[in-house]
Amino acid sequence: MTAKVVGLRVPRLEDRSLLTGRARFVEDIGLPDTLEAAFLRSPHAHAQVRKIDVQAALQVPGVHAVYTMADLRPHLTSDRLVVALPSATIKRSLDRPVLAYDEVCYVGEPIAVVIADDRYIAEDAMALVEVDYDPLPAAVDCRDAVKADAPRAHTNAPDNVVAEFNLKFGDVASAFDGAAAVFKESLRPMRGGSHSMECRGVIANYEVATDQLTVWSSTQTPHSALRLLADLLGRDEGHVRVITPDVGGGFGPKLVFYSEELVTAFAAIALRRPVKWIEDRREHFLSTTQEREQYWDVEIAADNDGRVRGVRGAMVHDHGAYTARGVNVAFEAAQTLTMPYDVPACDLHVRLAVTNKVPVTPVRGAGQPQGVFIMERLLDRVALEMKLDRAEVRARNLIRPEQMPYSKPFKTRGGVPVVIDSGDYPQCQAKALAAASWQDFPQRQAEARAQGRLLGIGIANFVEMTGRGPYEPATVRINTSGKIHVSSSAAAMGQGTKTMLAQIVAEQLGGDMSHIVVTTGDTATSATGFGGFGSRQTVTAGSSAHAAAVKVRDKVLAVAGQLLEVSHQDLEIVGNEIRLKGAAGLKVTFAEVVKASMGTAGFYLPGGLPPGMEATEHVVINDMTYANGTEVATVEVDPDTGAVTILDIVIVHDCGKAINPTIVEGQVIGGVVHGIGNALFEQMLYNDDGQPLTTTLAEYLLPTSTETPRIRVLHHESPTPLNPLGAKGVGEAGVLPTAAAVVSAIENALGQYAVTIRQSPVSPSDIVALIAAARTEPAASAIIDACRPGR
Amino acid sequence: MTVTRKIAVTVNGLRREAEVPVRLTLADLLRKKFELTGTHLGCEHGVCGACTVLFDGVSVRACLMLAVQADNHAIETVEGLAAADAPLNDLQQAFSDKHALQCGFCTPGILMTLTEFLRDNPVVSEEDIKIAISGNICRCTGYQPIVEAAMQVVKARQGNPS
Ligand code: FES
Ligand code: FES
Repeated sequence: MTAKVVGLRVPRLEDRSLLTGRARFVEDIGLPDTLEAAFLRSPHAHAQVRKIDVQAALQVPGVHAVYTMADLRPHLTSDRLVVALPSATIKRSLDRPVLAYDEVCYVGEPIAVVIADDRYIAEDAMALVEVDYDPLPAAVDCRDAVKADAPRAHTNAPDNVVAEFNLKFGDVASAFDGAAAVFKESLRPMRGGSHSMECRGVIANYEVATDQLTVWSSTQTPHSALRLLADLLGRDEGHVRVITPDVGGGFGPKLVFYSEELVTAFAAIALRRPVKWIEDRREHFLSTTQEREQYWDVEIAADNDGRVRGVRGAMVHDHGAYTARGVNVAFEAAQTLTMPYDVPACDLHVRLAVTNKVPVTPVRGAGQPQGVFIMERLLDRVALEMKLDRAEVRARNLIRPEQMPYSKPFKTRGGVPVVIDSGDYPQCQAKALAAASWQDFPQRQAEARAQGRLLGIGIANFVEMTGRGPYEPATVRINTSGKIHVSSSAAAMGQGTKTMLAQIVAEQLGGDMSHIVVTTGDTATSATGFGGFGSRQTVTAGSSAHAAAVKVRDKVLAVAGQLLEVSHQDLEIVGNEIRLKGAAGLKVTFAEVVKASMGTAGFYLPGGLPPGMEATEHVVINDMTYANGTEVATVEVDPDTGAVTILDIVIVHDCGKAINPTIVEGQVIGGVVHGIGNALFEQMLYNDDGQPLTTTLAEYLLPTSTETPRIRVLHHESPTPLNPLGAKGVGEAGVLPTAAAVVSAIENALGQYAVTIRQSPVSPSDIVALIAAARTEPAASAIIDACRPGR
Repeated sequence: MTVTRKIAVTVNGLRREAEVPVRLTLADLLRKKFELTGTHLGCEHGVCGACTVLFDGVSVRACLMLAVQADNHAIETVEGLAAADAPLNDLQQAFSDKHALQCGFCTPGILMTLTEFLRDNPVVSEEDIKIAISGNICRCTGYQPIVEAAMQVVKARQGNPS
């Protein structure tokens, strides 16, 4: 019998070093004689660069080099970092320059680098680099940017629309013509950041003797970093190695390859010294990719009973200054809109607007939180206007379990049909409603009201696209010591990836995690791979680890059977021993089996099997697997101050088979709290000139412990048939429904004022303003333009 | 020219000396000169709390202090909570038990904040703990498991293991 490890709440392998201060994050890697880099960044949102003078900076004692694009160009195969995800909808290429040279297009864009004995000296010298700029008008707000007369974000562009597409299915015209009611909304999720507590960072080392470049980067995608480094530096991949050390959170932006990684590597080669660059928090605000800003003008058509007949409308997506990663955020926002629901018709016109702001790429959720926010706001509107219960409207529209697998009439951006594989959406919603006592809420609300308190409840459903394929490799090898080594190109950044892989492998190989050593995110251990993003690694790398472990297990049993002269079917693996079932004395250890399997010179290999105990698998799963859930939030709002207190959050989620329920709950809760930030706090503000206004954690607010309620996580388990583990991804689940549910609850609490909240986040001053507007103008259709400074 | 000073600091019980530039931060002294890299820098502007260490027993932000200010003072860092080969202390163990860390980047600062708080306040509520760690930002855990870990320690130290 195999010991059961999968599905248990086993302690994490990662914890000890992290708890004792002995982990190794990129900044902790100290190589002798390391130099430190500081990047000079554009102070203008948009400007022509006339001249860069580095002479004074070079004179500073302790400075080893100052590079601009002119210095790098002869050594690179391209001036630009080429986009990771091409798309036919992209009208023109806007790849980021390695270092800006003739034009800067956002505040924070890197323009030169100083390499010095330490960062202190590098920053001293950076202040002496003189750049002659000619400021240009900036495109800041994306809705303004798409207008014909808007300033161009890039001087020579014909317009600011970098990509455009439609998401269309069903007969939209008749859906709307025959509707009992049509409601229109203008909705606006705003820009925020990922803000992993560890910023980005890189250290590069070049060994002349072996012509080997080693780069440690706080990246989510070591293999794509390897390919870009090799391509741009014109080196063979075999002479480049990328390692992800301990990574202090990713949440999306660390999947992008950045100039700093390339320039640091270049400097290490040029100067023959290790070079390190560590991003500070201000730079993180100015140069690490961000997300979420969109304007939606949408309408929904419904029957009398609240059944949705169709949605249609237009969305403008803030793409930032460059294309750092395809169109996926806008694409997935649009697709997410109808995901949990059986909606027959849809027509969305989407434009991606280039602006003079930090480039946009996925932040935990990658467009999906926006899609959920829009749809749930529309469904609330249907319920309110048609005098139906909000949960009932959803129940009438949710995809029913008997419709599974449910084919959506569209494909992923990779061209794979979107087929929702499994799940029971009505059941998840019912569980959430019961846990939150939704039915009794009106009574509790009335009682609170009698005491002068305003309580509200809100609901949101979500479907999370997870396990993006095609594969992520994993290798399982038992060494002659008897230790089991698991390695994968999967990248760990706090999600317990090593523990997950160890559990899956231990399940097949004796059940004792203490024999297992896991290596992740090192390109030296696998030739190919993708890394960590899109809630994919348990599905992809987990499936490969499972398949590899099964192979090794079969071979262990076969060789052990030879050694013990019994049938392999009568053997079992317990801990690090292979025993004859029911005969405690007859056994061999992993170490003995592995040594035997290595062979002896001049003798036959045991069982005629190939030597060694190692298997590498690339389980290919093209179809994505879809997780889902329902969240119910209860809040209290103070109408005088606009303060919102979240009293309770219940989230029922279904990620299929949970490999480690404790880790799953951690992912869900962490995601919910990120969503609380999106609902109430997090907003990257720019003024009309494109100057960022929130560049410290005192100005851009992240949720802290005192704003965070107890979050109740309930599991619903619909194993997916798409992989042998039955697992779906979970990394982004919590963030998807939270802004929608919290905003719905706030609006519900303010029912007497009849306000409509059309944005996220919504701040106390927004709430006070909405109430004031509702008092003077009962229809309260004014949108608070929260993007403007001085709110 | 960079002005330097000779300083002597007691770090995790050991007296150490260094010649440091006067502008070197306490965090960089610990991380770079003393190679105690458990103290992390999440913002370098005093908000995130990742750099929290104890200065003569009191929590401070090592990013906002200069190394020279630590001359003749005692500093405790996360490395001092458990020796390399020793078992985790009760607070560290509770963090592991309750999954109170994911990426672990914020964790040393939160451990040091709670080390001081629970030492000075042996009987506390969940709400007290939330307030105590409200100056430490964690992007991964949602704080709930951290509060649970601290409560486990509170109960165990009072003799009622949860
Ligand atoms: S690094 Fe010191 S408070 Fe953030
Ligand atoms: S565990 Fe990652 S920031 Fe707290």
